[in-house]
Amino acid sequence: MTRTPAPSHTSAPAIGAPRLLGEVVGADLGRHLTTFGAPPTQHRVKRGHAGPLVGEVGHAGLAGRGGGWFPTGRKMHAVVTAARTSRKDPIVVVNAMEGEPAASKDAVLAQRNPHLILDGAVLAAEAIGASVVHVAAHRGSRTLTILERAAEQRRSRGLDSVELRVVDAPGRYVASEESALAHFLGEGVALPMTVPPRVFESGVRRRPTLLSNAETYAHIALIARHGAAWFRQVGASTAPGTMLLSVSGAVGQPGVLEVPTGTTVREILGLAGGTSGSVHGLVTGGYGGAWVSAGDVLDSPWSVDGLRPSGGVPGAGVLAVLPTDACGLAETARVVRWMAGQGAGQCGPCRFGLAAVATDMDMLAAGRLNATGLANLERRLGIIPGRGACRHPDGAVRFAGTALQVFGDEVRSHLRGRCTASRRTSVLPVPASTVSLPVSRPGEEWR
Amino acid sequence: MSGHVVTIDRIACDGFGTCAQLLPERIILDEWGYPVIDATPVHGTERQHAKRAVNACPRLALTLQKVHEPEPAKR
Repeated sequence: MTRTPAPSHTSAPAIGAPRLLGEVVGADLGRHLTTFGAPPTQHRVKRGHAGPLVGEVGHAGLAGRGGGWFPTGRKMHAVVTAARTSRKDPIVVVNAMEGEPAASKDAVLAQRNPHLILDGAVLAAEAIGASVVHVAAHRGSRTLTILERAAEQRRSRGLDSVELRVVDAPGRYVASEESALAHFLGEGVALPMTVPPRVFESGVRRRPTLLSNAETYAHIALIARHGAAWFRQVGASTAPGTMLLSVSGAVGQPGVLEVPTGTTVREILGLAGGTSGSVHGLVTGGYGGAWVSAGDVLDSPWSVDGLRPSGGVPGAGVLAVLPTDACGLAETARVVRWMAGQGAGQCGPCRFGLAAVATDMDMLAAGRLNATGLANLERRLGIIPGRGACRHPDGAVRFAGTALQVFGDEVRSHLRGRCTASRRTSVLPVPASTVSLPVSRPGEEWR
Repeated sequence: MSGHVVTIDRIACDGFGTCAQLLPERIILDEWGYPVIDATPVHGTERQHAKRAVNACPRLALTLQKVHEPEPAKR
């Protein structure tokens, strides 16, 4: 028990008000404590035990915001159980790496309220009996800088009973996959590992590891303060609360929004300033997510269940709108080529399969694929999923496969060598890649 | 009733293809030479073939895993 009581009474944000982004505090710890109140005092439990917060997070129905939407309370319980049976001290990891090029929610959250993320991680650590929290952000990112500054303020004030370590991790897409991140924090190599064991039972240095997204911890910080019932006041009943979305592409005001889970795509687009012109296809979830056609998805609530009928996935909260004058196939080809280069190159079906799919997509976008080539592409898309150590190939294949469905008309004209799009500039952001092909053996970019 | 299924460590696998020759009943190779595994449990002779495939993998990427199968419904 190292905490001082809150300097002033602070009340919970009202229904409908933003929770994570409503107040902008930055790394200033004093202002954070006045604005949100001090995190509630709790003892760090012994190894193998669960503090009351674990049950509270479970009752709140919080689901992981990194893309998995797995119940966080259940994950915390699984780590506690694994710590008890293995007799190893558990570890907490905050994933603030945000590998999705079209996502910026964790960066925005870290800039505005980094202490909410750190509060949540420290509280979660105390509740599962962990004494160390790793906070991972991309090397050279602003997120890393502000989290380091925030952690330093907490250390100099002696706020936390657990050790906070902010770690700079390599920038590759697959490096933020959970087993790769645990591997990096333990052994210094950010390559995915064969699962099982999953990180909750054997993660950083083979210890039971609670690894969750930065936003998830920020929600834990508020659940600890205001309780499960408050948390459930807004959002979809299956995964309540608010969520952060990164909206980009053909909208009036691209950026990060905080809305209740289950908000419809139409409402989200309205809040993002409306769409510029008519819309054909949208990217949901991220580049490991899915294309959906506007007509199918506009009235879908943003949640795992709500998006399923349209083929969409909530993922890491990415919503990118493609204007009708853009070529969905060319956009997809660029993204898939990038995704193929972002794999670890450890598993054959991903290494060779994604490269082949990327080439097929390039040919299709260029109007140089014939019907036989399309059949080959579809066969490849069918055979790759489920055959990697991690889900990277599954995501990239889903992205390519849903593009073929959503842009079916364009596929047919491209087979005849024609592209109807008038736009010549690209819409979806793809970072400049230092490595154009998958590497077979780890190089320096993994460390 | 219990059976065994072949599972693979995808990171260890380097696509030698030995498994597909020794257990064609469950394993075929994709166009890049990597195994596509049918997870239907093996019994009897097939299990012996599966064991041989597991032991012959140069990368030790295959394992035979015991699984519990539901009892067939009585008619």
